Amino acid sequence: MLDATTNSVIKKQTDFEVSFDDSTGMNESTLRHKPWHNIKYLFAGMIFGMVLVKSEVVSWYRIQEMFRLQSFHMYGVIGSAIFTGMIGILLIKKFKVKTIYGEDIHIPKRKFSKGQIYGGLIFGFGWALTGACPGPLFALVGAGVSVMVIALISAVAGTWFYGKIREKLPH
Amino acid sequence: MTILNILHSPWPWYIAGPVIGLMVPLLLILGNKSFGISSNLRHICAACFPADIPFFKYDWKKEIWNLVLVAGVVIGALITVSFFNNPDPIAINPKLVNDLEGAGINSFHSLAPTEIFSWAKLFTVKSLIMIVAGGFMVGFGTRYAGGCTSGHAIMGLSSFQWPSLVATICFMIGGFTVANLVIPYLLKL
Repeated sequence: MLDATTNSVIKKQTDFEVSFDDSTGMNESTLRHKPWHNIKYLFAGMIFGMVLVKSEVVSWYRIQEMFRLQSFHMYGVIGSAIFTGMIGILLIKKFKVKTIYGEDIHIPKRKFSKGQIYGGLIFGFGWALTGACPGPLFALVGAGVSVMVIALISAVAGTWFYGKIREKLPH
Repeated sequence: MTILNILHSPWPWYIAGPVIGLMVPLLLILGNKSFGISSNLRHICAACFPADIPFFKYDWKKEIWNLVLVAGVVIGALITVSFFNNPDPIAINPKLVNDLEGAGINSFHSLAPTEIFSWAKLFTVKSLIMIVAGGFMVGFGTRYAGGCTSGHAIMGLSSFQWPSLVATICFMIGGFTVANLVIPYLLKL
């Protein structure tokens, strides 16, 4: 059980002197729930995993096609996903929609860092090679391309290595 | 029958994209969560191998929702291939088929070419670069950039965050470069 003050202390320690927002997916809520409340995210994830496979976003071939500008498919998927998300956020803001627990909805601000350039390029290289970004990496393991477990372990190692040398990198 | 047909055939972008986009408001409304997947790689490090590295010393248990979400992704993908698998080869641009065949790739039934992405081929130069080095770059790059396609391109752009636009443009530049200038030669190794 942590209160809001402890949370902000931890956040400061985690993101120490490098001042960029690394909070994608970080829980911004200060409410605490019983563990079984998390089951709703399992269902959300299942829908996401299903769509990733059915739309072939997890396909190495589709990713090559996208980067070779040989198909509109992936641009359509990503573009319409952004458009839908945008409408969703605008509606949430306009109607001041609250969470199902009655909290105000808060979207963390992203700060610029050089990491978005260097890291972005490095991720792009890896995306083309593996044919998978992190979501599809997990989905491919579920979809039976079991060798992608190795890519996933490698990705965890890559993240760990970043954490290890983070202070030496330009941000 | 029709519903089964829809479930078995690949979904067009105008169905898939909006469903993926709905994850953004859904997660916000369910509990103020920002859509993102790559943070899970960090949570795994924090939970399993923190090694006294400050970047991994945070309360990862607070982020269990994110790990549950990604467990759902694995299960959802498993259910999909088990019950709604598309039996046909992937319908990609004939030009790509031609190029890949020229580079010795003749399998188009799986989600990734079995000539590279299989256990039997794992210890070939091609596979080590594409699976092991590629995976490493995905993990390193996403954390350095502070997000991946879901966190930056979808969540970040739909909430009008310009740093996410920078990140997304760099993802694409990186991808274009390797897919066009490296992979065609790599495949011929």
